[in-house]
Amino acid sequence: MKIENIIKEIERVDPEIYARLDGRRNAMKSFAKFSGKLALASLPLAFGSMLNKAYGSPTGTTDAITDVLNFALTLEYLEAEFYKAGYSAAVAGTLAIPAGAQLNAIQTIRNHELAHVNFLKSAITSLNGTPVVKTAASFDFTAKGNFPTVFSNYGLFLAVAQTLEDTGVRAYKGQAGNLISNNDVLTAALNIHSVEGRHASHIRQLRKANGSLVPAGVNVKPWITLNQSGIGSAAVQASYNGEEITSQAGVNIVNIGGFNISASAASEAFDEPLTANQVLAIVTPFFA
Amino acid sequence: MLTKNSTDRELVAEAEANFKNVSRRNFLGYIGGASALLLTAAACKKDDVPSMGGGVDLGSGDPGVLNYAYALEQIEAAFYTKVFESPYSGITTSESALLGDIRDHEVAHREFFKAALAAAAIPTLELDFSSINFGNRDSVLGAAKAFEDLGVSAYNGAGKLLVSADYLLLAGKIVSVEARHAAYIRDLIANGTFANDLDSNALDISRTPSEVFAIAGTYVKTKLNISNLPTS
Repeated sequence: MKIENIIKEIERVDPEIYARLDGRRNAMKSFAKFSGKLALASLPLAFGSMLNKAYGSPTGTTDAITDVLNFALTLEYLEAEFYKAGYSAAVAGTLAIPAGAQLNAIQTIRNHELAHVNFLKSAITSLNGTPVVKTAASFDFTAKGNFPTVFSNYGLFLAVAQTLEDTGVRAYKGQAGNLISNNDVLTAALNIHSVEGRHASHIRQLRKANGSLVPAGVNVKPWITLNQSGIGSAAVQASYNGEEITSQAGVNIVNIGGFNISASAASEAFDEPLTANQVLAIVTPFFA
Repeated sequence: MLTKNSTDRELVAEAEANFKNVSRRNFLGYIGGASALLLTAAACKKDDVPSMGGGVDLGSGDPGVLNYAYALEQIEAAFYTKVFESPYSGITTSESALLGDIRDHEVAHREFFKAALAAAAIPTLELDFSSINFGNRDSVLGAAKAFEDLGVSAYNGAGKLLVSADYLLLAGKIVSVEARHAAYIRDLIANGTFANDLDSNALDISRTPSEVFAIAGTYVKTKLNISNLPTS
């Protein structure tokens, strides 16, 4: 493996190769250390990643990054408008969210989603992109009649909330790789991603306490067990399919290392991504 | 505390043991699309342990970042294992069940990194939980909250340090589960505080490895060298 020769070849057509690599911080330094650390088989991959960081991959251009951010913004609008409507219905007395801790939590989550909307709008604008515009009228939270009483039945409201949060977590996760060329945007996206995980955890605890629409014998936990939605509706299943896997990067997690790890625990320990197309298929019914 | 020389010897022993274990899947090779074990005995190379600073070298590049995660998962897994072995007084059935789940998740994370890093993995760390009163609910949950929030911030900060998108995805798969844990533990302490310490944009916090070990260091007796980790 003559990586240095490859770089020299690139230098013939791009005299700035070393500057680009240096400009990508310690890419060269870390690559040099890679060669001592990594399997030979993974050297080409590491080298390719390094060049991607130097030149920007097709998925790492500013346009591609603002596309991802607009995708995220759309999902944040969906969540923000959902909680705005739910909170308003509760205040108006048409949705029975218990006053106190539960209504406060919904208000808190609403405020977070609104803050995410504003943050992403600013981020997209700062990258010279154009943020998508969505309003309450952009959405149909009955999801084409699947959830007709979403803003009058608290159990159903929570079930849809859980689905949106769990889907949001999977959606951000699926886009992280597309942001790898931009450290600031990647970090911001990760910092939103984990907040969605916190929301999902809390909503799931509210659902466990509420008990409505939880199938008999199902224990709703703060984490996702296998591909179980914990919701008695087939309409949400696509948001959970694929979560049941118990092997990560070729490593079987069940009973790993001789420890008693069940398939349920193995699936819970890792959340799984969704592609943009999978997410769009899930959320499309929510668009008016 | 390990001396530098004994650290070297331990690393050599660990690397050799792992190298002989042909049934262990070579994660790095897997990512590279290779099925054969092709690891250099990286962790045992003498020049990989810097003479300055000493201690266990987490390494550099992506493997260094994975060792960083492995170190944190070792802390979390050992903590919850102890929580489950000696439950605090007044623990409820529900708390016991979910804390048991969390222990299983953290053990799964720890063992995953150990298997994935194979010969490049740092050794088992010597930990010190003497500041935690395992019989007391407030003490245990306070420590759990600190560990979970720290884990979330560490993974969030580590994303940009990774070169491989595959590793980034793996870190992403784990961090949201840590966030679920963090929210649950926080709600056990005070319901409704699941996401109380966000920035003004409602973003979670991210921390650098130095910031993380400045906090986690209290619980780790093994001297760690993080100076070769990527910084951006």
